[in-house]
Amino acid sequence: MRILLALLSGGLFGAGLHISGMTDTGKVQGFLDLFGAWDPTLAFVMGGAIVPMAIAWRMVPGRSPLAGGTFASPQEHGLDNKLILGSVLFGVGWGLIGLCPGPAIASLSYGGWRGAVFFIAMLVGMLMAPFMVRRVDEMNARA
Amino acid sequence: MPIDWIYGLVGGLLIGFAGVVLLLGNGRIMGASGIIGSLVDQTSGAATRERVAFVFALVLVPALLQIGSPVDTGTMQSTLLLVFAGICVGIGTRMANGCTSGHGVCGISRFSVRGVVATAIYIAAGVLTVLALRLIVGEL
Repeated sequence: MRILLALLSGGLFGAGLHISGMTDTGKVQGFLDLFGAWDPTLAFVMGGAIVPMAIAWRMVPGRSPLAGGTFASPQEHGLDNKLILGSVLFGVGWGLIGLCPGPAIASLSYGGWRGAVFFIAMLVGMLMAPFMVRRVDEMNARA
Repeated sequence: MPIDWIYGLVGGLLIGFAGVVLLLGNGRIMGASGIIGSLVDQTSGAATRERVAFVFALVLVPALLQIGSPVDTGTMQSTLLLVFAGICVGIGTRMANGCTSGHGVCGISRFSVRGVVATAIYIAAGVLTVLALRLIVGEL
């Protein structure tokens, strides 16, 4: 049951990325090209995705997940410099190519070897992340 | 171009429903960087199999859909840039604990301060990066 729901979710995500045009890295870069030929499509994608999720969050209190277990509780420990520095780094990489993690995974199916290069580099970055986080924590401890 | 906006809205709704299925079905937050990141650093524990299933479907469905309509990957030219950008995205999303799906879709929809702030920052950083690209290499 959990596996089937995860398959359904991943499949819907992939279909949504394809239909919305968000597998087209040029459209994503176009959204970030605020001072050029701005393409607002990504804002419509975000808006379209946020509406069903906002309704779902309101259904969470007092219930359990359909497949059992408990709801994962999102982190809410306020703002810290890891959130800020991490988001800056992510935004730079996102702007350079137009791929964020979801489409980067999906790009394995359409991006050819270039999609695979980005994907593998992203995994390397993810493996490097704990060391970078430790450095930031050390800086914070000294400050 | 407005037809693109409608496709965007429809595709966005599907992405939202994907998040709804994972949240109300499995009790999980649909964050692509968390899902793939926890698989690669082996911190996903009991959720490993369902995360593998999610990633599998996320590759399979676009693979089937692009048979009819190929995807434009024109920005993915320079290998050096692909590697550098990939590493930035990997470190950044794990350090910030989320990306466009986790902080953007799932965070903003529950009015999470972290989600809203992270999204504002990565969009701003992306806009400045594209502006810099334009100034350095000219037309995109």
